[in-house]
Amino acid sequence: MKSEKSNSFRIIDYLLILMMVLPIVVLITIKLLTNVPSDGINVSGARIYFEIPLPIQNLLITESQINSWMVMISITGLCLYLTHGIDVKARNKRQHLAEWIVEKTDNLVKGNMGEYFIAFSPFIGAILGLSAFSSLICLFGLYSPTSDINVVGGWAILTFILITYYKSKCGPWVYIKSFGDPVALLAPLNIISEVATPISMAFRHYGNVLSGSVISVLLAAGLQGLSSMVLGWLPGVLGDIPFLQIGIPAVLSIYFDVFSGCLQAFIFAMLTMLYVSGAFPMEEYFKRKKNKQTKAMSN
Amino acid sequence: MKIAIAIILGCCALGAGTAMIAGIGPGIGEGNAVAKACEAIGRQPECKSEVTSTMLMGCAIAETTGLYALVIAILLIFVAPEMFIELLINYK
Repeated sequence: MKSEKSNSFRIIDYLLILMMVLPIVVLITIKLLTNVPSDGINVSGARIYFEIPLPIQNLLITESQINSWMVMISITGLCLYLTHGIDVKARNKRQHLAEWIVEKTDNLVKGNMGEYFIAFSPFIGAILGLSAFSSLICLFGLYSPTSDINVVGGWAILTFILITYYKSKCGPWVYIKSFGDPVALLAPLNIISEVATPISMAFRHYGNVLSGSVISVLLAAGLQGLSSMVLGWLPGVLGDIPFLQIGIPAVLSIYFDVFSGCLQAFIFAMLTMLYVSGAFPMEEYFKRKKNKQTKAMSN
Repeated sequence: MKIAIAIILGCCALGAGTAMIAGIGPGIGEGNAVAKACEAIGRQPECKSEVTSTMLMGCAIAETTGLYALVIAILLIFVAPEMFIELLINYK
């Protein structure tokens, strides 16, 4: 099997792996170069790298933007690597992995949204992957873009646009009428709940990731203080090394970074699916379609 | 001036602490949800995966109110004091 692989095939493989790894390396280098050493508890937002002057407001290029773009490039490299040299008959492990991912996403979308929305599967997969990898990037010590509300807010607005599009698919009149659903008196409440959907989605994701990072910073600072109190009697340099910081934050990091990040990605994708499929008045839409068809036939 | 800034800082910390009382609600709610999910799995172990994913969904949604409180608390601790102190300095 190995003899079938030509030399150029392998070179492209290595290039794709490089495309996966290089953005992370670049980010770590940028972080190391621009890092400002600070002592004590330091919880800050995304660092602003530079500004682009624009007429209304300056466009800020922040850490979270650069990080999320790098994550996107990295995921693109991963996808290209997994699907490179794909064949009708699955021969290598990565094709099995790619097929497994696609099948799982398809099943997830089919199970939660129905057959009609199967075209949503790439979108849901993209949201899942981007969100999960953006949260997991903090394992490299980088600023995770999902702990910035602007990034997650953008995704939530995207979901909101989709919801509105599918709600108004039967025409604008049906969309407006859906607000006074049980009684017309409840219209203000319905409008508030409509606006609250993207806000709550953004806050849920961002709050979970941010609370995890804040707790890790507090824990690291606390352990430093504790170890200098307990082990401070050790002579010389030994007393300054925070021994208690070794290992203990990693245990919490499994929950706050790995589990919570993946769970929030799953929940964000899940909620997107549920809201979009719930917003679409399917029976009404097909009834109208049928009526239109019969009208066209009779004419 | 110093007293005013001290009052602002203290009140922000108090407000953040008070806001996090909202953590009680999601705690009780999620506890209930997980307890019921455990019961359901005990009764029907074959649908464990479905119950688990539904439970995680429900937990995430029940957590929302707690997270609102958390966001408010974080804003009160890290953002609000600087803003209020700046306001106070500019006021004079």
